[in-house]
Amino acid sequence: MPTSVLPETGRPVPEKSRMSPRSILLWAAVALLGAVAWGVLALARGERISAVWLVVAALGSYAIAYRFYSRFIARRVLRPDDSRATPAERLEDGVDFHPTDRRVLLGHHFAAIAGAGPLVGPVLAAQMGYLPGTLWIVAGVIFAGAVQDMVVLFLSMRRDGKSLGQMAREEIGRAGGTAALIAVFAIMIILLGVLALVVVNALAHSPWGTFSVAMTVPIALFMGFWLHRIRPGRVVETSLIGVALLLLAIAGGSWVQNSSLAGAFTLSPTTLVFCLIGYGFVASVLPVWMLLAPRDYLSTFMKIGTIALLAVGVVFAAPVLRADAVSDFATSGTGPVFAGSLFPFLFITIACGALSGFHALVASGTTPKLIQKESQVRLIGYGAMLMESFVAIMALIAAATLEPGLYYAMNAPAGLLGTTAQSASHAVAGLGFTISPDQLTQAARAVEEQTLIARSGGAPTLAVGMSEIFSGIFGGTALKAFWYHFAIMFEALFILTTVDAGTRVGRFMLQDMLGNLWKPIGRVNWKPGIWLCSGLVVAAWGYFLHSGATDPLGGINQLFPLFGIANQLLAAIALAVCTTVLIKSGRLRWAWVTGAPLAWVVAITFTAGWQKIFSDDTKVGFFAQRTRYADALDAGQVLPPAKTLDDMHTVVTNSTVDGVLIALFLLLVAVVMGNAAVVCVRAVRAPGGLPLTEAPYVESRIAAAPEPAEPLAKART
Amino acid sequence: MRAAARWGRAVRWYLRELTGEAEYDRHCERHRRRHPGVPVPTRREYEVLRAVRREGRPEGRCC
Repeated sequence: MPTSVLPETGRPVPEKSRMSPRSILLWAAVALLGAVAWGVLALARGERISAVWLVVAALGSYAIAYRFYSRFIARRVLRPDDSRATPAERLEDGVDFHPTDRRVLLGHHFAAIAGAGPLVGPVLAAQMGYLPGTLWIVAGVIFAGAVQDMVVLFLSMRRDGKSLGQMAREEIGRAGGTAALIAVFAIMIILLGVLALVVVNALAHSPWGTFSVAMTVPIALFMGFWLHRIRPGRVVETSLIGVALLLLAIAGGSWVQNSSLAGAFTLSPTTLVFCLIGYGFVASVLPVWMLLAPRDYLSTFMKIGTIALLAVGVVFAAPVLRADAVSDFATSGTGPVFAGSLFPFLFITIACGALSGFHALVASGTTPKLIQKESQVRLIGYGAMLMESFVAIMALIAAATLEPGLYYAMNAPAGLLGTTAQSASHAVAGLGFTISPDQLTQAARAVEEQTLIARSGGAPTLAVGMSEIFSGIFGGTALKAFWYHFAIMFEALFILTTVDAGTRVGRFMLQDMLGNLWKPIGRVNWKPGIWLCSGLVVAAWGYFLHSGATDPLGGINQLFPLFGIANQLLAAIALAVCTTVLIKSGRLRWAWVTGAPLAWVVAITFTAGWQKIFSDDTKVGFFAQRTRYADALDAGQVLPPAKTLDDMHTVVTNSTVDGVLIALFLLLVAVVMGNAAVVCVRAVRAPGGLPLTEAPYVESRIAAAPEPAEPLAKART
Repeated sequence: MRAAARWGRAVRWYLRELTGEAEYDRHCERHRRRHPGVPVPTRREYEVLRAVRREGRPEGRCC
């Protein structure tokens, strides 16, 4: 067996029933360190503490969870068998299925699951203080998010890489499976709309940001042609050229902003919405090699690079947390960023990073077809999710290091803040925080933006926080504006990649569904069918994007809860499938491993959904809001923050659509749950459990702990 | 110095594997094993094949 030149990382501890004294000492030290850090966080009241404590507390908890809890799940619950051939080995075709080195696959899987989500949610949730968010991110990932990813990955691997929808149909039943399929599609549409809204809010009236993000399109096209025509397959060199061009584009944005071209790149939110919709359509019908694939490479490189940079930045700059540990909004539920009390809305707002149902789609897609050995689901499923959780912690830190006055001036809805520094300063004072108009103008000037007022969506806030952290280490205040736009570009790049890929995935799902009704539309190479379905998918998310960008009440404020509920409901479906399979296979005793997070996520989503539908509070309940505005409209009144009767109509329409949509989601998930419950009861009653749809056992021919192949020293030319 | 070269090689190996650049080498190796005597596709031919394959398999990216 060839030996590795790679340093061993995360190698599983040899399976022994007793731990060696050295290992006991090591893990006791890790536990102690984590406990001390949590202690500092718990005891700090009123005084400002360093963000490093958050990092230590999180990392210590992750280490313990990975070493002990994920191992427990593997050994007692899932019982992976390394003598069993994985689909990658059995069905190897060099295309979809081939055994991949676990470290490479970890990178792959991480790049597929981590995007803008863990960067946005925690920033918004910082309105409740940094402590509730941190606790949920860490506890959520350990007991729910990483468990979901690992178990779904394992189940899909045992079923030759079947998708979540297929598994729901086969293990739960036809009704549950169909409901799951529709829910997945609907949830994806909302997700794309909200993510695109984040980009619109970050780029509106910002010529620098708009120019540098727009430049990613020609850069990606150039890379595409380079890779396809000039230097086929040289991905690494092409990506390095692409990253260099990208940095040039960010630097060039500064020049564009001060040139006569600035006007052409200063766009209103509505114009940006139509640009994005047009882009989304074109990107999804162009050949993959032209735009999507090169953009994906760029995005992966930037993702890994920037996240590593941020980790280094947080540790070296050791910024001080300026936000309250627990703010008053946590208990009152009257926060301006998102309405509603801590339970359930904190758990809805922070989805990615703690528990993200969307991961179940990735964990039941490409990754299970590439796993070399069954036991590696622990590293890839559980480990990658811990990494994403750490990204969320860093985003939370970036937001919590901002002056609270600035945070609220950036994240409260525009209707509340007005458009001038004076009005925003006044509104922030009304919320109980202070920022002078001068400070606000100064902060915008420091990052060379026209204004920072009401730049909701999380991206600008994160970018300001990151620019503070980075400029503290590299370049000082002179580079602050560069780092701000670097962060904006980095988030926009992720999101546009997700939008491209998501539209394409959505198109395939739609073609598949409509193909059942009318055959030709299901054909993947029939151009009119492709255009029609792409157009429908883009129109669907474009509708939510447009309604969010023009919503007088603040699109993020209105739509983000919808996005969070949708994502968490997907997690409920995934966990229901996991729990059902555990019970069907006679592991009732261990069903709590996925059953407990399932109960929790059902509790938060249904409570949140219920409040969104039935709450009398017009800030929380969509229908209460609708009634209030509809009544005022009948009386011919205009209620602030709406300014015109048209605004009033918009509010009425949006709150109706949002309310109906939440009701629909809850209904679909209730169908899945009901069907799963019936199957579980039947399984408990049946002696010996119910039959599964696992692929039969085939003995593996690959060695138990294979090392990666020797790097190709003499790669072919 | 040798350690640096080792690390350099390791990073190159990792990036090539991660981006799928190494796929071609694997494909050629497989091809020679299964169809000895048949010439392997050139890199260009292989990339065209790969692009066609990708077209039909959209990979979801998460939030």
